[in-house]
Amino acid sequence: MTEKNIYLPYLMRITQITEESPAVKTFRLEFVDEVAAQNFNFKTGQFGLYSAFGEGESTFCIASSPTRKGYIECTFREVGRVTAALADKEVGDIVGFRGPYGNVFPLEAWKGKNLVFIAGGIALPPLRSVIWNCLDLRDWFKDITVVYGARSVADLVYKHELKEWNERTDINLVTTVDPGGETPDWTGKVGFVPPVVEQLGLSAENTVAIVCGPPIMIKLTLPVLEKLGFAPDQIFTTLENRMKCGLGKCGRCNTGSSYVCKDGPVYTLAQLNELPAEY
Amino acid sequence: MADTFKLTHENLDGLFAVLRKDGRRVLAPVDADGRTELNDVEKPGQVSKSYIQTIMSAKDVVFPKVERLLSYTTEPGSVELHDAEPHALPTVLFGVRPCEAKAFGALDAVFNWDYRDKFFNARLEKMAVIGVSCTKADDACFCTSVGGGPADTKGSDILLTPIDGGYLAEVLTDKGKAIQALAPQLFTPGNGVDKAMIAAKLEQAFDQPALTAKLPGMFENKLWEGQSLRCIGCGACAYVCPTCVCFDIQEEADPKQGQRLRCWDSCGFSMFTLHASGHNPRETQSARWRQRIYHKFSTYPERYQMLGCVGCGKCTRACPVDMNLREHLVEAANA
Ligand SMILES: Cc1cc2nc3c(=O)[nH]c(=O)nc-3n(C[C@H](O)[C@H](O)[C@H](O)COP(=O)(O)OP(=O)(O)OC[C@H]3O[C@@H](n4cnc5c(N)ncnc54)[C@H](O)[C@@H]3O)c2cc1C
Ligand code: SF4
Ligand code: SF4
Ligand code: FES
Repeated sequence: MTEKNIYLPYLMRITQITEESPAVKTFRLEFVDEVAAQNFNFKTGQFGLYSAFGEGESTFCIASSPTRKGYIECTFREVGRVTAALADKEVGDIVGFRGPYGNVFPLEAWKGKNLVFIAGGIALPPLRSVIWNCLDLRDWFKDITVVYGARSVADLVYKHELKEWNERTDINLVTTVDPGGETPDWTGKVGFVPPVVEQLGLSAENTVAIVCGPPIMIKLTLPVLEKLGFAPDQIFTTLENRMKCGLGKCGRCNTGSSYVCKDGPVYTLAQLNELPAEY
Repeated sequence: MADTFKLTHENLDGLFAVLRKDGRRVLAPVDADGRTELNDVEKPGQVSKSYIQTIMSAKDVVFPKVERLLSYTTEPGSVELHDAEPHALPTVLFGVRPCEAKAFGALDAVFNWDYRDKFFNARLEKMAVIGVSCTKADDACFCTSVGGGPADTKGSDILLTPIDGGYLAEVLTDKGKAIQALAPQLFTPGNGVDKAMIAAKLEQAFDQPALTAKLPGMFENKLWEGQSLRCIGCGACAYVCPTCVCFDIQEEADPKQGQRLRCWDSCGFSMFTLHASGHNPRETQSARWRQRIYHKFSTYPERYQMLGCVGCGKCTRACPVDMNLREHLVEAANA
């Protein structure tokens, strides 16, 4: 009996590279193998292990929407060995991809609700996938609000898409940069994400909030949402525990009885409250 | 139910010869350089006479310290991927203790609970276990506190218990029967010995189900910090542990080719959970020690309906600063 090698990645060709902000890039990746391309499916919220052959693998979410066929995209910040090697790649180069892994955002369960996305810094990629997914299924949902903050204007990722969302009438985009991070022509808000959320006058009624960002932003945003009346099972976030296998084996992402790579990365605040705070 | 036979010393000699003729290597505890470790043997006479256990566990037969997962060659604009095959050798593990024999089940649970790991499975398929019951235990042993025992059959394909002139042989599984079928004449009728009388006596040290039930409420208990003060985070306990399954994936490459390797790892290392941002979910050694206990006594029961600890005591014997797992578990159970 021959079993499949679960560690073997797909070969992917880089077909487009976008420089998002200093040290942050988006790759568009297409399957080298036609059959693999045909059979590949994923859902929003899932992630994968991306290889730079010669250096190793790194975990990134799939930042494109499953409604956009024929390619996947990832957005990553250069922080170490593998991400540096990836950042050196050019259009036409080959990288590896294993996935999709992990659980998903429950879009079906969100039908008929208002959605509020709150993202900070480089944490927009996981939300970009689900935002585009929701925009492509626009009539499933009521109001869609996106609050996105970064340290400075230069640190905002997906600038051209922010512009597009800003111009659309079926999505309410609020961008903000930290005090001192604004430029003379900046038209968004100036201030940290949590108070900006507080000032929006959101109603928790029939609404889910999806929050992704650095731990400090999440920590300060949750009390604001609670004050607005959001219950723990109305708040979603994604965890980024360090991962090696993505398959529920290497043990690295384990916290409590959860493997973040299998049971996550998407959790409700209600679920997180049940786990030891080891993330 | 097991079929019970007698296997005389002489016939065991014969069985080793038959196994080797069948193309299997026999690994057994051997004394060398003041240590007892598993090694290739030809005859039972080479097997250690006085061992309680080997220092290292037998897990590397199914989960090697380093395993190649894939390899590749690269050229500008192209990559050729090569699948890796485990090339598992047909192996009989002779003389492992009942605790260690049981540990393969804990590894199996992780390697196959969802995705199936072909490397582990290929090696497991080619391995058979002839366990030998313990007639003595030491201070580190606590199998009887974690559902096992010095003559427990779980995990062995054949379990031998020393008796006058040879062994009582319990043939337990299909793999065990296949071994017996290689030379059925060597297995003579059993003689109705009560193996419980022969096996080592080991008092239960703590109430494990009660401990498992109270762990979720003990996460913030100061006890973990106290216990971990001497731990230097060397990882030895995980490396000798027959159930520790955590691994790293590393790349070994030059500009033209490379391979991806799976290597043993440990939750006791500070780098294990370190994020690229510098944030570390388990910042202190006490959090890492706690993970070790919780993973084995809380996560495993919850996820796999079994314990992640077999009570072999290898960690205690290997620890350079004398962390005694049994004592620490007793303390936790009484807290
Ligand atoms: C589910 C999930 C989704 C994610 N999504 C994204 C995303 O969309 N975009 C994104 O940018 N990031 C994302 N991340 C984070 C991303 O995985 C890491 O930033 C990335 O893997 C860093 O890889 P690296 O090899 O470049 O860094 P590394 O070189 O691995 O360095 C990272 C850390 O490891 C340490 N280190 C260095 N060398 C070694 C070594 N030899 N052994 C052990 N430790 C070492 C360093 O000290 C450093 O702290 C995600 C993570 C998860 C878990
Ligand atoms: S989490 Fe720790 S105790 Fe559990 S298997 Fe991994 S290394 Fe061993
Ligand atoms: S062997 Fe001892 S010192 Fe080393 S990590 Fe384990 S408990 Fe700590
Ligand atoms: S990343 Fe290996 S178990 Fe989750």
